[in-house]
Amino acid sequence: MGQVIAFWIFAVAIVGAALGVVLLENVFRAAILLITCFLGVAGIFILLSADFLAAMQILIYVGAIAILVILAIMLTRELSIGSPSNKFKIPALIIAGLFGLGIILTVINTKWLINTTTPAPTTTSGLAVKLFSKDGFILPVEIIPTVLLATILGAIVLIKDKKK
Amino acid sequence: MTIGLNNYLILSAILFSIGLYGALAKHNAIVILMSIEIMLSATNIAFVAFSRFITPTDLTGQVFALFAMAIAAAETAVGLAIIIAIYRNKETIDANKIDLMKW
Repeated sequence: MGQVIAFWIFAVAIVGAALGVVLLENVFRAAILLITCFLGVAGIFILLSADFLAAMQILIYVGAIAILVILAIMLTRELSIGSPSNKFKIPALIIAGLFGLGIILTVINTKWLINTTTPAPTTTSGLAVKLFSKDGFILPVEIIPTVLLATILGAIVLIKDKKK
Repeated sequence: MTIGLNNYLILSAILFSIGLYGALAKHNAIVILMSIEIMLSATNIAFVAFSRFITPTDLTGQVFALFAMAIAAAETAVGLAIIIAIYRNKETIDANKIDLMKW
């Protein structure tokens, strides 16, 4: 019962915060609501018994991405203009609505093969085995640092002041 | 009433639709990037929900969600760097006015 209540609280918080992000005119308030949305997603991860992912969600999204977004808002000084909708407001609403409706109908009409085994109480050691064992995901784990290094170098080159 | 796979998948679909609307209908490039982050979070919820309800003992879905998070962080860093570079050159981040490659 507690899980049901928690799910609905998180679901309402996430959807409300996401609606605020796309509907509010003030960019800074949208960024604060984005943080609320990420925290709600972390709560959903805990309900899905993914504790390590919930911690990573808070560390990476709330800790790093939200700070980056707020810094970018402050550096670009667009607060006075805000975020108005463009002339594609109605077509975008129709496309997004149809897309969501299609996915929801597909989900409801599909018979999923539900497995009722109880998951392990903690996932950290299981994830470590999955990521670093020989027949696990060791190659993608090796590729990710390369991607992140390229990202850091690319961001530094893009940001660098070329006038000097 | 219990919370099953369908509840999580419908939440994920609603969140993805909201992000899609934001990415299509907004002027401000930073808000478009925030909408893309919302869409990536929605896919992460779907990954973890499938992992929890279809293969509870196998953590493959959570591994994919971890990789999606790493790529999302990289994407945000480069995207914001591009936005700041454009702001330096054009004094605007209005996506409708960034039309250098449009003919």
